[in-house]
Order: sequence, then structure tokens, then C-alpha cells
Amino acid sequence: MIVADRKPIEEIIEEIKEHEKILILGCNECVTVCEAGGKKEVGVLASALRMYFLNQGRDVKLDEITLERQCDHEYLEEIRDVIDQYDAVVSLACGVGVQFMAEKYHTMPVYPGVNTCFLGVTEKRGVWTERCQACGQCILARTGGICPVSRCAKRILNGPCGGSTQGSCEINKEISCAWQLIIDRLKALDRLDDYEQIDPIKDWSTDRAGGPRKVEREDVQQ
Amino acid sequence: MQYPSDINIILVPCTGKVDVLHILHAFEKGADGVYAVGCMEGDCHYNSGNLRARKRVEQAQSILETIGIGGERAQMYNLSSSEGPRFAQIAAEMDEKIRNLGPNPIKLAKKKAA
Repeated sequence: MIVADRKPIEEIIEEIKEHEKILILGCNECVTVCEAGGKKEVGVLASALRMYFLNQGRDVKLDEITLERQCDHEYLEEIRDVIDQYDAVVSLACGVGVQFMAEKYHTMPVYPGVNTCFLGVTEKRGVWTERCQACGQCILARTGGICPVSRCAKRILNGPCGGSTQGSCEINKEISCAWQLIIDRLKALDRLDDYEQIDPIKDWSTDRAGGPRKVEREDVQQ
Repeated sequence: MQYPSDINIILVPCTGKVDVLHILHAFEKGADGVYAVGCMEGDCHYNSGNLRARKRVEQAQSILETIGIGGERAQMYNLSSSEGPRFAQIAAEMDEKIRNLGPNPIKLAKKKAA
């Protein structure tokens, strides 16, 4: 999932302080799972902002809506009939949702309510870690299902480097060396011979190096 | 055994049921202070309900502090169900604390706006 973290309330207040009718817009997908931008977080933020503005002697309308997703036209269309009631939207979706909202409602100011962090997993409640950088050319088949692009600080494809010490990365002892994990996993799969294969130079044009990316599939287009 | 009469008790099956939203909404509706009274730590019948409640109270405190209402208006206490006098003592303590802080500014702001 896309992992996001809550923005400090002070930062959000600073962004929206000039507005008077604000919609707090949550998303039911990834940001709900990582407890940053779902219905609950929308309620908490809206309640805090209502109290803040009231305490400042300002009558600011703050409403709460949580959409199924903010990265699809059909769900964003659900607010078409009510959007004119507001002069700003705080979107608690990931950066994708915030941007799609801004594209769709061109004259409506949209502010991000979360910091979008990475593609990752829930290790345990309250702990999320990165697993994928969406490089567009998946090599997990060769690396025992462990990604050196997202989990190695240097993104090296034939590791480990000299900074790997007792299974940890040199940048932080808390971070596992991705290549140690790969070797351990290949050993467990009885595929250690694969480790001897030198990985060819990766085509990074499908990564961000090639600019904004696009997936187009004619077979599913209407 | 007596405790201050303007304390409104809301029963929940376990303090683990108390959410940060409940606490914030209470302040939004004009409560001057909110405190959760859970079982002793380590004695929760649901294992960790009172520990979760403490975290949620702390979260509410942080938000209330940020928005200028005052974090100390929300508190968490622990006691066992047999400690009636302690319950009354906590109620008096909280009552005094809140009286010293004065009314919830939201209540005053709402009156002013009306």
C-alpha cells in the first residue's frame, strides 16, 4: 500500500487559515490502513480545526467526507454536487489523490493533509516499512523476492557492499542489509547458485529517470 | 462518599472503548475537562484496554495543547473497582484542577458567537 503519515495540525492550519468553508476529504484505501487519512483521522482533524477556529473567534464551516478512493474519477465525482459549498479542500489522501482532486476540480484550492512516504507494509500496528520503489522493471524473481532497489541504501544489484556488517546496513544498524537478506533467502530456497550470476545493467528508463510514467493497456480500455 | 455533582459519568465497557474522537467531541460540545478512569495497569480484563486509553488521552492532550484549549484538561487515572474513596478523591482532584483552569474556551467562544 501507499504509506502516509499525518501532517502536524499547525502546518495544516497555516495553509488553510484564510478560508472559511473547508471540506476535509478522507480516503478509504491505503491511508485508512496506515491510519493517516481515513474516516477516523478526518473526524479528529475536523474536530481539532473546528475548535481551533472557534477559539480564534472565527466561524469556519468544516465538513467531513470520506470517499472510497481519490485516485479514480467515479469516486471523486461523488462530491461534484457539494463541492461548490466550499472554498477549499484538505485532502487526507496520498499525493496521488490530492493531485487527482486538484486536476478534477480545477478552480478549487486543494491542500494535502498527510505526507506521502513510500510503498510499504504494516510490520505491526503503528510500524510501516518500505518494500517497493515502483522502478517499473521488477527483478524480484532473481533476488529471492527481496528488493535491492527499495531495501538497499545504494540500490546495488550485485551486493552486498563493504558496508554490510553482521547483517546490518552501514547507514543504520536497525536496517537489515538487503543483500544479506537476499543471500539468506536464496540459501533457504536452495538457490544459492543464482547468487553467483552477475546481474545485468538494469534499464532505469522505467524508473523516475525516464520522467513521469504511464501504463497504457488497450485490451482493457473502453 | 461524595464527589462533585457536576461530573457527568459516561459508562463504557472498558476504557479501551474510549477513542480520541470521543474526547475531542466532548470538548467541542463544551466540556471543561474530560478524564478517563480505567482499571489498574496490568489488571485490564481485556489485557490492554487501559493502556490504549492512556495513549488516546495523551493524543487528545497533544491536540488540545496545539489548538489552544489546554492539554491538561484531559487526564487518565487508574484505580481498582473496589476503591470507592479513591474514585471520589480523583473526582475532587480533577474538579479542582479544571476550576483552576477556568471554563473551556470553546464554550465561551460559542456563547460569544451566538
